[in-house]
Amino acid sequence: MSFLSIRNLSVRLKNGPPLLRRVSLDVAAGEVRGLVGESGAGKSMIGKAVLGILPPSVQITEGEIFLDGTDLLRLPPKESRRRIGASCALIPQDPLTALNPSHRIGPQITDRLVDILGWTRANADARARDLLAEVQIADPDRVLRSYPHELSGGMRQRILIASAFAAEPKLIVADEPTTALDVTVQKQILRLIAGMQARHGTALLFVTHDLGVVSKVCQRLSVLYSGLVVEDSTVPEFFASPSHAYSAALLAATPKYTDPDAGLHPVPEAVVNAVRAEVAAFDRGPAHG
Amino acid sequence: MADLYTIEDLRLSLADMTAKPLFGHAPRIEILKGLSFTIPKGAVVGIVGGSGSGKSTLGRALVRLLEPSGGSVRFDGHDITHLSEPALRPLRRRFQMIFQDPMSSLNPRQRVGTIIAEPLRLHRMDAIPDRVARTLGHVGLPQAFASRYPHELSGGQRQRVGIARAIALEPDFILADEIVSGLDVSSQAQVLNLLERLVADLGLTLAFISHDLSVIRRLCQRTIVLHQGQIVEDRPTADLFADPKAPYTRELLEAIPLPDPAQVWV
Repeated sequence: MSFLSIRNLSVRLKNGPPLLRRVSLDVAAGEVRGLVGESGAGKSMIGKAVLGILPPSVQITEGEIFLDGTDLLRLPPKESRRRIGASCALIPQDPLTALNPSHRIGPQITDRLVDILGWTRANADARARDLLAEVQIADPDRVLRSYPHELSGGMRQRILIASAFAAEPKLIVADEPTTALDVTVQKQILRLIAGMQARHGTALLFVTHDLGVVSKVCQRLSVLYSGLVVEDSTVPEFFASPSHAYSAALLAATPKYTDPDAGLHPVPEAVVNAVRAEVAAFDRGPAHG
Repeated sequence: MADLYTIEDLRLSLADMTAKPLFGHAPRIEILKGLSFTIPKGAVVGIVGGSGSGKSTLGRALVRLLEPSGGSVRFDGHDITHLSEPALRPLRRRFQMIFQDPMSSLNPRQRVGTIIAEPLRLHRMDAIPDRVARTLGHVGLPQAFASRYPHELSGGQRQRVGIARAIALEPDFILADEIVSGLDVSSQAQVLNLLERLVADLGLTLAFISHDLSVIRRLCQRTIVLHQGQIVEDRPTADLFADPKAPYTRELLEAIPLPDPAQVWV
């Protein structure tokens, strides 16, 4: 079984509409899966469900989340948190809000290792220095003593990557980790994440809306519309011939500078209506189609 | 064609608040380091650059939300470099701006109709309801949207309201600062197609600031590449993409992730 295996996961707003509709997907060790969709499609929601950080306004109504073969949703909350904490990490979207502005960088990386995983302070400090070197920060000692505002956006994102890999997690959820960065920095950061992931053999769930980014870092992808997985393909398959009309339209809407006439075709209304009908049919469906 | 904007040796410096001592003045930091270019009437010019390259500062100097510290900005023959706010007022009608984040640039307590009417009222225009209705038509929003609030709209619809507010005064020039970077590819395509149509229908001159060269490639005839407050390249877009001269332009181009697994970054 894959390290992460989600089966028929449904999530809804309490007394509100469904947000995820029987989502199933797997991420094996050493594999990168992209989660793609428009805003509101539920892609971040999947990452949050896996990490046990769903907002209190939503509830899981059915399904299983197997982490290394154990269904997290059947465990007592304390035990499931312990397992997630020991084997998973998050690379968040916005590196400025994810770092505490009033603390130096060093403790923000090491405190978790010391307080939760029981490392010695010296080991944790040494590990932080090694990691900063691994994410190509030239002067780790200075950076560890810095405050977040003293560093650039790219630098802060490197720190969060280092921090995510600190406890050798088996699974990392990266939630649009480069949206806030400009393209040249994005390229460095993506290479860094892909390189670290490959070296450490981590399973990576990569949330993004950019199919260009998917084609660079992912091996497989799931395309979501309104919480419904409409496509689950390998990256070469998808870019050669998408299996669903909606995901094909999404690909056609992605601009491509090498071909000025390609891209900027909005998803046609007929395709939107068809995929909406699919969602509606799913909601009506007898035993969920 | 006549030039709408003539910019000569434009310099702009701002206070560097990150280096401000607890007491006393913050040191000035030069953001724009002597830019010279022109924007002809009817042109669609792209302005690209990485974060911190000065592209938004340049945009804000063009519409005089910031006052240059040196050089000159001429708009249709008027020197607006250091013009006072009352003297600028009649000209402001002619250059408008669309902002990046429609959620934070639209007043959440005002209805769409009020938002679009606001610049019309400020400039004491007549027949405001007719103009609002016509503007909603231009951006392809149903008339009923006039009574909605921004939070009831999708991101793409909100950005249409931002565009409507900018074109309501029938300006000559529009500055669009990263207006699609927060949108999904599909809404992005819709908004850009709309903008392209409006430029043609209303005879607008457009400066389009973006970090996304793929979007610039599709929309703009000419592209200005900024790097650290200086122009490193200013050429017709097709030439620039076919044969980028400046190393920074090449770096920018190579950093765009094409939706194609054949392009490999290793």
